[in-house]
Amino acid sequence: MRNLLSDKIVALKPSGIRKFFDIVSEMDDAISLGVGEPDFDTPWHIRDEGIYSLEKGRTFYTSNAGLKELREEICNYLKRKQGLTYDPAKEVLITVGGSEAIDIGLRAVLNPGDEVLIPQPSFVSYEPCAIMAGGVPVIIELKAENEFRLTAQELENAITDKTKVLVLPFPNNPTGAIMEQKDLEAIAEVIKRHDILVMSDEIYAELTYKEKHVSIAEIEGMQERTILINGFSKAYAMTGWRLGYACGPKEIMQQMVKIHQFAIMCAPTTSQYAAVEALRNGDGDVQEMRTAYNQRRRYLMDAFRRMDLECFEPFGAFYVFPCIKEFGMTSEQFAERFLAEEKVAVVPGTAFGDCGEGYLRISYAYSLDNLKLAIGKLADFVGKLRAEQGKAP
Amino acid sequence: MREELLAIVEKNSRIDLKELAVILGVEEIDVVNELAALESEGIICGYHTMIDWEKTSIEKVSALIEVRVTPQRGQGFDNIAERIYKYPEVTSVYLISGGYDLLVTLEGKSLKEISGFVSDKLSTLDSVLSTATHFILKKYKDHGTILTKKYEDTREKVTP
Repeated sequence: MRNLLSDKIVALKPSGIRKFFDIVSEMDDAISLGVGEPDFDTPWHIRDEGIYSLEKGRTFYTSNAGLKELREEICNYLKRKQGLTYDPAKEVLITVGGSEAIDIGLRAVLNPGDEVLIPQPSFVSYEPCAIMAGGVPVIIELKAENEFRLTAQELENAITDKTKVLVLPFPNNPTGAIMEQKDLEAIAEVIKRHDILVMSDEIYAELTYKEKHVSIAEIEGMQERTILINGFSKAYAMTGWRLGYACGPKEIMQQMVKIHQFAIMCAPTTSQYAAVEALRNGDGDVQEMRTAYNQRRRYLMDAFRRMDLECFEPFGAFYVFPCIKEFGMTSEQFAERFLAEEKVAVVPGTAFGDCGEGYLRISYAYSLDNLKLAIGKLADFVGKLRAEQGKAP
Repeated sequence: MREELLAIVEKNSRIDLKELAVILGVEEIDVVNELAALESEGIICGYHTMIDWEKTSIEKVSALIEVRVTPQRGQGFDNIAERIYKYPEVTSVYLISGGYDLLVTLEGKSLKEISGFVSDKLSTLDSVLSTATHFILKKYKDHGTILTKKYEDTREKVTP
């Protein structure tokens, strides 16, 4: 029989998380710390607006770029939060989650052989999306000693004359790292000098626990070379609604709208109406959830200190990324044994890039009670491993 | 820290002080001092326990009573409110804007006990003009806590 499949797709590595998911989902009584989405329900007033839109019969396509009302609210929001000005008519596109924006953003700008710089550890879809778009992913391995921030030197070292785009995934999943104003200014200089584009995935922008989030687009001369991606999933606990957006220079957005129009048509209408309500009246909800995440983050950092487990203090998203190199196991071995022996699921750092080796991603999108239970088991497990290795407790 | 501390203890007054200090990112002694200050300022007025009596074998009946009264010269509503809240079976008394003046909530062992209270004690007070008694049939949510359903985590166990 002839080859039915695309060689390019067959060659893509399946997501490292998938394999782990299969093991965990067979264990009914496992406690999971492996989830990449909020534990909160979408605030009721937002859900209610979605229901109301259905009752009113708002069940048709919206314009390709998305509801005008929503695009305007997004512009108001970015102005209010980040001081950024975008034109709702030409510079905003509503997408099916941030994920679609990543995909079509790369497809809109890449020519075959263009290099895409991807700092890792990071979200699982940048690399395959770059490949599917005909680009060549170039991985920048972020380092624990820099708190997993991207430095100007690391960026400079990775740039070649084929470099087209830098993916900037901060606040970061899985490390929880953030980039502050000074960090962004340092890399912005390099980006401008080499005339490259930035795809800034800011889906966790609302979840920072130090200063408020700064977008690279706020740095002088950067907005015109940045595709800013954000969405409703993490900030408003709306993962299942599948709604995100991209903002950027109109020449790029025009091409992205074209792909979106042919591949997707428009983002879900119900979700768009609910999102208008989220942006108009949701600031308090976000604040409340951020406060809860921060309390859990502090709880985890304290627990790691007490069990003497190395972990840099992350200030973003809802993940901590402790180091397990002292046990002489791979991340995957550690996670598998921890699951088998203590029935707690964490995600091996390697699911987010090879340089995640020696680390675990622990999500704190769980209630404090749940975290306490799981962290107690982690302390037991760590103690057991140290005893096996003949270390003093 | 005050606002965040109050929000936490309002939901969970039994939280361990050490843990409270950790999640607030402050020292335990600061938490102890702040709680003492909040108590002495009368901001924290008590540490009660929410009980769903429905699930016990103990019979309890609660009612909301709308009370219309004539305010008294120089006293406004305070005097009559005090006369009402001094009854131990009264669980709360609120001054209300709108169609009536006082909202009184009441807990008793039986319908008879409550109706007895209303007819013998409440309506016979001089300044009370009228009362309307509403018996509570079922509590769905109380003090911000949903009583009828438990939280269930329906998320996939591992996601990127």
